[in-house]
Amino acid sequence: MSISLFIIYKVVLVVVVFLISLFIAMYSTYAERKVAAFMQDRLGPNRAGPFGILQPVADGVKMFMKEEIIPQVSNKFLFILGPSIAMFTSCITGAVVPWGTSLHIGGHEFALQVTDINIGILYVMAITSIGVYGIMIGGWASNNKYSLLGALRASSQMISYEIAMGLAIIALVMTTGTLSLKGIAAQQTGWHWNVFYQPLGFLIFLICAFAETNRTPFDLPESDSELIGGYHTEYSSMKLGFYLFAEYINMFISSAIMSTLYFGGYNMPFIGRLGLSPNLAAILGIVFLFAKIFFFIFFFMWVRWTVPRFRFDQLMNLGWKILIPLSIFNVAITGFFILLLHK
Amino acid sequence: MQALTTRSKVAVNKKMTFVERLYIPAILGGLRITLNHFFKKKVTISYPEEKREFAPVFRGQHVLKRDENGAERCTACGLCAVACPAEAITMVAAERKPGEENLYREEKYASVYEINMLRCIFCGLCEEACPKEAIFLTDRMVDTDYVRNNFIYGKDKLVEPMDKDKRIDVSKRETTETREFKTHPGYAHNKLYTKSLK
Repeated sequence: MSISLFIIYKVVLVVVVFLISLFIAMYSTYAERKVAAFMQDRLGPNRAGPFGILQPVADGVKMFMKEEIIPQVSNKFLFILGPSIAMFTSCITGAVVPWGTSLHIGGHEFALQVTDINIGILYVMAITSIGVYGIMIGGWASNNKYSLLGALRASSQMISYEIAMGLAIIALVMTTGTLSLKGIAAQQTGWHWNVFYQPLGFLIFLICAFAETNRTPFDLPESDSELIGGYHTEYSSMKLGFYLFAEYINMFISSAIMSTLYFGGYNMPFIGRLGLSPNLAAILGIVFLFAKIFFFIFFFMWVRWTVPRFRFDQLMNLGWKILIPLSIFNVAITGFFILLLHK
Repeated sequence: MQALTTRSKVAVNKKMTFVERLYIPAILGGLRITLNHFFKKKVTISYPEEKREFAPVFRGQHVLKRDENGAERCTACGLCAVACPAEAITMVAAERKPGEENLYREEKYASVYEINMLRCIFCGLCEEACPKEAIFLTDRMVDTDYVRNNFIYGKDKLVEPMDKDKRIDVSKRETTETREFKTHPGYAHNKLYTKSLK
């Protein structure tokens, strides 16, 4: 593959992944409202276009047309930096997710992954850690007590749950033996999904994913009813839109990561027996991965409209006194089994 | 003492078992309930396309009826204005000129008839009081407006159109029962009316 072709292929892939993330995040807002409505025996948005499918467009236009307000007492640079970081970090995580195997076109192999770095999981963890700064800086720069409280809650929550998440991943890495997401996805052919080897690890990871994306029952940073929106109280127009949008992209990406780490990623059981051409199998793999992702996005919403929000002390108790010991126990038991099976 | 509800439960401060403290079975139960609701029939009525039917006893905007020949039934007797608890009705009576027989049924008619829709409480007492079956409350809503003056409805808005096809249907309210109720000699409010018949 020549260098120019390589660059074109990577740029195209990056743009496509970026656009798909944005598109899915956009329609997640619509799906959220529809799911919420259906679970409350309502119809939800149904005015803009058939079944209201143009609603996200209308919402986007509304966001852009709103007046841009930057409080005079705020730190202007940091005020703008906050949502930018939130948006940036949620977008770049998609770079390491393997969306499929690879397509073979004209004798060239095009891997359906922007970059396969051998520390893919660490990269994901690092980026989610930076994501805290977006919220923290935004909340602090607003110079508003509600924003600051929201930001404090957000940072303490995300830091607490990152530990349990990291420990859950350590147990996973012990069984897979690789940090590369592509390697982990490739191992889970057929029914060898990691969730069957790491059920407890998956549960911990799932709970932490909810906490990391600030979704209910862990939406204390926002908690509309008590913090007036939390860290984004002072934000308006598209800066607010960026924060809300970043949350939906995070939800999409964390669904993708969960599918890849625990649910076989693009692997389908029985696909090998059908005898399809590699290209068709790769495309079906993408479809199957997205089916898993959509299920998880639905699950995020499903839980949101079922489980009420935690109290802050309950949140901290769950994080520090239950999930962290549990994940350490999980690491220990995983080690025990590895020792037992490989002797 | 009798209990106020049949669903009351005695609170027990027992310690939760380990399974209960896991909360996962409870959360799964909650998820099952919300999923059931997800597939349930929705109660929403998509308003402008779908309209909920009014009850037969619904009382909306008034109409001043004409008789079969298109003459106004109202004789400006003022009983509706007297009956009106909100004092929303005012009228000015006038004498019918020769040649106006097709416009007014009797020699006296209301040259001005106004109902203030902001004062009106839509109780229907005017309809009950009317001896000429002239005023009825219909299943139409009073339109919204920005100006208070526009809520004082004159004859232009109250009297039904002359055209027979455009008459307002009050068959739900102008029934034989209501007619009988109005003419029944047993009721005090009919004493004068029945006396006049004799």
